[in-house]
Amino acid sequence: MRLKTTLIAAAAATAFSVGAHGATLDDVKAKGFIQCGVSTGLAGFAFTDSDGNWDGFDVVFCRATAAAVFGDPNAIKFTPTTGKTRFTALASGEIDLLYRNTTWTLSRDVDLKFSFLGVNYYDGQGFMIRKDMGVSSASELDGATVCIQTGTTTELNLADFFRANNMNYEPVPIETNAEAQQKYLANACDVYTTDASGLAATRATFEDPENHVILPEIISKEPLGPLVRHGDNAWGDIVRWVLNALIIAEEKGITAANVDSMASADTKDPEIKRLLGVEGNYGEMLGLSADWAVNAIKTGGNYGEIFEKHIGENTAIGLARGLNALWTEGGILYAPPFR
Amino acid sequence: MAGEKSVAFVAEQQIPPSPPPVRTGGALGWARDNLFSGVFNSVATLLSLAFVAYILAMVVPWLFIDSVWNASSLQGCREVDDGACLAVINERFLQFVFGFYPEELRWRPILAFVLLFVAIWPALFSSAPRKLLIFSALYPLLAYWLIWGGSLWGPVGAVVGIAIGWACIRFLPPLLARGRLDEGLAFLAAVGAGILGAALWWLFCVIAFEEALSTVLAISLEPVESARLGGFLLSTIIGVSGIAGSLPIGIVLALGRQSNLILIKGVCVGFIEFIRGVPLITLLFVAWLLLSYFLPPGTEFDLILRVVIMVTAFASAYMAEVIRGGLAGLPRGQYEAADSLGLDYWKSMRLIVLPQALKISIPGIVNTFIGLFKDTTLVIIIGLLDPVGLLQPIRADQNWNGIVWELYGFIALFFFIFCFAMSRYSMYLERNLDVGHR
Repeated sequence: MRLKTTLIAAAAATAFSVGAHGATLDDVKAKGFIQCGVSTGLAGFAFTDSDGNWDGFDVVFCRATAAAVFGDPNAIKFTPTTGKTRFTALASGEIDLLYRNTTWTLSRDVDLKFSFLGVNYYDGQGFMIRKDMGVSSASELDGATVCIQTGTTTELNLADFFRANNMNYEPVPIETNAEAQQKYLANACDVYTTDASGLAATRATFEDPENHVILPEIISKEPLGPLVRHGDNAWGDIVRWVLNALIIAEEKGITAANVDSMASADTKDPEIKRLLGVEGNYGEMLGLSADWAVNAIKTGGNYGEIFEKHIGENTAIGLARGLNALWTEGGILYAPPFR
Repeated sequence: MAGEKSVAFVAEQQIPPSPPPVRTGGALGWARDNLFSGVFNSVATLLSLAFVAYILAMVVPWLFIDSVWNASSLQGCREVDDGACLAVINERFLQFVFGFYPEELRWRPILAFVLLFVAIWPALFSSAPRKLLIFSALYPLLAYWLIWGGSLWGPVGAVVGIAIGWACIRFLPPLLARGRLDEGLAFLAAVGAGILGAALWWLFCVIAFEEALSTVLAISLEPVESARLGGFLLSTIIGVSGIAGSLPIGIVLALGRQSNLILIKGVCVGFIEFIRGVPLITLLFVAWLLLSYFLPPGTEFDLILRVVIMVTAFASAYMAEVIRGGLAGLPRGQYEAADSLGLDYWKSMRLIVLPQALKISIPGIVNTFIGLFKDTTLVIIIGLLDPVGLLQPIRADQNWNGIVWELYGFIALFFFIFCFAMSRYSMYLERNLDVGHR
């Protein structure tokens, strides 16, 4: 792990010393599209539809960024990245932006020299167990066998949690989520632990989801968000404010359907006016057109709409908003003021 | 002799042979000999039959009777029946075959695939017209152009580079040898000149060549970028180019390893041992990551091309060792016989040594081919979406999340067809070339 980090850091350093990727915004504008790194496949977050187009929660944020810069949500190319290639792909300049369920940590921010630009999903590690085991809290898991993906932060969190609570467990190491599903359903382990969003997505695929419960304890913080290279401030600002604009849009009730009428009608709210480019020159400050936020919101709607469409309670993934609700509704989603 | 006493019985004709006893012939006899020839074998037969029946009883209803072909999601499948949800393959079949290749251009890879069989026909079967070999030689150029599109003159320019290299190696040695250089050195110098000439051509002349010819006669197809290639198309591209490239390179390396020239031997041994000492995944990472750092910024060096080069290099090193085994397996007398006929090195290799050495290496060669073809799935590590890589984004679609066996089974079937065909062909070849040495 240490060696890998060092290698990536060295690679990143090389990239900067070459200085080829100094001004990503200029590069992006010159080539006419954004190169966005996404997951090679994660339920609800990134997948391909039957026509071979990328779609999903993370993907829509990429597209919204493209819409803000070029006015066209299809001015984008997706690079599927694995957990192993995502950071090097970004550091080497192969992609301009990474939206891939990446947890914001100190070492990634500082040591790998990336800038995290916000959080588009607050996740945390949870536990799933069969209902007939009669367990209602993670503190009752002493002696359980646990399916755990090797080489991830979840593995370390698990060890920490059990040690802190003075309990024992027997790990069943697995490689992928698909393998975990099989092992768990075959009773090879009592408990499956990974990010709560992943647990919900996994449970949704079972034939009898009602017989499995996700325990209430969340044992880690996993703020997932977009990132760009260090030193890319102008470009990073755009990515950050597209994300903020989508959150503010939900706060102000601007949706994909009503954004055009909001932008043209005589709305009272000055913040809406500023956001939609009716007032002020905020687009110009970012180096974009005045209607950049309108285009971004039109792509897939505001934050709430994107959430509901891809991972919300009415989808097969079935995630509740929870922490990801607006700060006005009991969550921690809080965008800085648009002024 | 009239009065001689006649014998009691003379058979007027030969007695027709009686059929063998029922118990030793026909299906019954075969079963008796092969399946029930003893207590142990009988028990083993019955157990095996029970096992096969058990598996079939599970698989057949699941796959054929209760399977669902038309549904839009896994939940939809489950509502209809509880068998295999083959609707996912129904819906995603074209994605598995072509990846993200633009729909209206898919005739191009299909045409390339059909032509592939025309191209390999003369290489595989001696009954094919020999003139087709010219087509086989040009096929890589054609296939590249069909699949990636762009101007025809780009790939033609690349081939001209190879032609320059070949011409140097072919025609320079006699010229140089006429001077004071001895034969080996002349050959080495020619190889160096060839490599240098080709490299110079590729670095400085290809683009001008392409532009010049495009202005004269523009032949081009709509370009398709590498990121759009995926699925079986991608594994076939990597597999076939790796196979086609590794055999000749492997032969050269194997011969080089036996060479008396210390430089050639050193280079070959170094290459083989280095590549064999490194896992393929590492080479793929090098192709993907390090090259993008080391090449000058802005260089367009296609990722799939880099992967193909690495896979070919990897397979070549193994191929060289397989063929070296064949070369070592030939009796010393064969080499001496070739020498005593007064053949030069290349002729003795081409006419006497290699045909025999390759023949005894066939199982090993095909083994390497099959391994190489299956290794193409490793490209998932660097984010290329081959069939196994496509599983992930397909399973991440909430409609199909949770499907496992159907998709893996489908991919396994594809690889089985290819690998089994290769294995059968190698058996055919061995039978055909078996001229009775043992």
